[in-house]
Amino acid sequence: MADSAARHLRTYGQIAWLWIRAAWQYPTSFVMLAVGNGLITGLDFVGLWIMFTHLQDLGGFTLREVALLYGSSSLALGLADTVIGSVERIGTYVRTGRLDQMMTKPVPLLVQVCADQFTLRRLGRLTQASVVFGWACTGVDWTPLRVLVAVSMLVSGAMIFFGLFVGFACLQFWTQDTDQLANAFTYGGATITQYPLRIFPREIMVGLTFVVPVAFANWYPCLYLLGRDDPFGTPDAFQLASPLAAVLTVAAALLVWRSGVRHYTSTGS
Amino acid sequence: MSQQTHQPLIEVHDLERTFDVRRRVEGRRRRVREQVRAVHDLTFAVQRGEMVGYIGPNGAGKSTTIKMLTGILVPTGGELRVAGLDPSRDRVELARRIGVVFGQRSTLWWDLPLIDSFELLQKMYRIPPSRYRENLDRFVEILDLGAQLDTPVRQLSLGQRMRGDITAALLHDPEVLYLDEPTIGLDVISKGRLREFLRSLNTERGTTLVLTTHDLQDIEALCERVIVIDHGTSVYDGTLAGLHAQGGSTRTLVVDLVDEAPPIDVPGADVRRVEGPRQWLSFPTDASAAPIVAAVASAYDVADLSIQEPDIEDVIRDLYSREA
Repeated sequence: MADSAARHLRTYGQIAWLWIRAAWQYPTSFVMLAVGNGLITGLDFVGLWIMFTHLQDLGGFTLREVALLYGSSSLALGLADTVIGSVERIGTYVRTGRLDQMMTKPVPLLVQVCADQFTLRRLGRLTQASVVFGWACTGVDWTPLRVLVAVSMLVSGAMIFFGLFVGFACLQFWTQDTDQLANAFTYGGATITQYPLRIFPREIMVGLTFVVPVAFANWYPCLYLLGRDDPFGTPDAFQLASPLAAVLTVAAALLVWRSGVRHYTSTGS
Repeated sequence: MSQQTHQPLIEVHDLERTFDVRRRVEGRRRRVREQVRAVHDLTFAVQRGEMVGYIGPNGAGKSTTIKMLTGILVPTGGELRVAGLDPSRDRVELARRIGVVFGQRSTLWWDLPLIDSFELLQKMYRIPPSRYRENLDRFVEILDLGAQLDTPVRQLSLGQRMRGDITAALLHDPEVLYLDEPTIGLDVISKGRLREFLRSLNTERGTTLVLTTHDLQDIEALCERVIVIDHGTSVYDGTLAGLHAQGGSTRTLVVDLVDEAPPIDVPGADVRRVEGPRQWLSFPTDASAAPIVAAVASAYDVADLSIQEPDIEDVIRDLYSREA
């Protein structure tokens, strides 16, 4: 099991590497794409910063604390977005018959779809997010456990977004053109988590904890890093539960994926 | 052949595939659900090393069958084994042992140079580097792709792309190669070269070929055996010669007389057409041409004679119309 997982990861890496190498055939366009992506996402944080020139705090959070939320969520999203590659376009793969082609190859479908057309277009976003996150980290009172939580937060966050991307993309096995609905949950969820959840109604917090668990991608672990009490009074254990939430999300996504593929092979549409 | 005693490579028994189709019916607000049988009661076996033509009109169930054989589609009934595996359940494992070429859809990566597609496939199939080199060199030489290796696939001509696709399907030494309309859109010379290559693949490597095609010359050039499918089930399975006989088709004797004459009257043949001194006589495929030729030659002054074999297209059309 672990053996085959490692093999699939290696295949993924090899395919992804060929795509990166191919992109390097046109270095200018590659660099422009990454820089452009970085600038756009950069402006994103500038907006937040301008907002803070008029505000003392946002829901009790300072700019640097919000930057921690923003940076971690953005990093996790960027990582997941890079890894999943073409999953969002699974509907197109079905329509064009590309999926049939992939099904005749000896590599699990999900690995192939994720690695197909692999691109580092999110490199700009990742750079920008790293800078913001790095700056925010200077405000954290670090202990060994907090370092551990910070690392697990980024890994878990990426896994949670990965699961959401894959899970919602699977809707396209049943009805195509649902990619915008999926975006509302994935990118929408990511946007909300760039702000302290405190500023939203309680129902949003409940939804982002139990339904679309993006609150575990940054909100709960960040509360731990900042040594803050949960403004909603949720149990402290939640602040350390990100890895669990991540494993559950990915497992659920893989189940949905499998049933999506099964639906495809049993209806042929 | 000692292979005969072994299990067939492909075994299909009472295979069935139905689809749910929703159809709009006048006077009803909701669409009505209907079951359509794309394939039913389909039984055949293919031995290792065979070259089989799988033919039939559009919508007969050819693609559905190929999809089930490759594991893309789960059958709704019957049994199916390829190389001892259940295709839909063991799809990923089976993929290593089969090659698939869909004529109208390339498996190659559109934006990448041809050689990159091949390298991607080497990684996917984990082909040992030495074997990969060996196969690549060989196919590139025979299929004359050397000059195109660094060209992005989207810039290749249809024929070059098809040769690229066939190379891609063969790099991992598959036991069976499925070809879905491999010569569609190719010019006559490319078609001829491709057929020659496929034949050599079969004789030299023993690769089993299953070929769906509209081009009956593909079948005539390549396949000893044909399976004709219509309305989802097999209506003929046997040799090409047998198909001619079963179709009740006729051969044609073309006679050029020295002078114009009234329609020739000889036993066992009917005149179909007269054009000046030339006359067309038809007679059953299973009858010998010799007595007819002798009878004509003894009664008339003959300048020239030729015999036309029946056109397989006519034969199959006959077969379809009788089934319908």
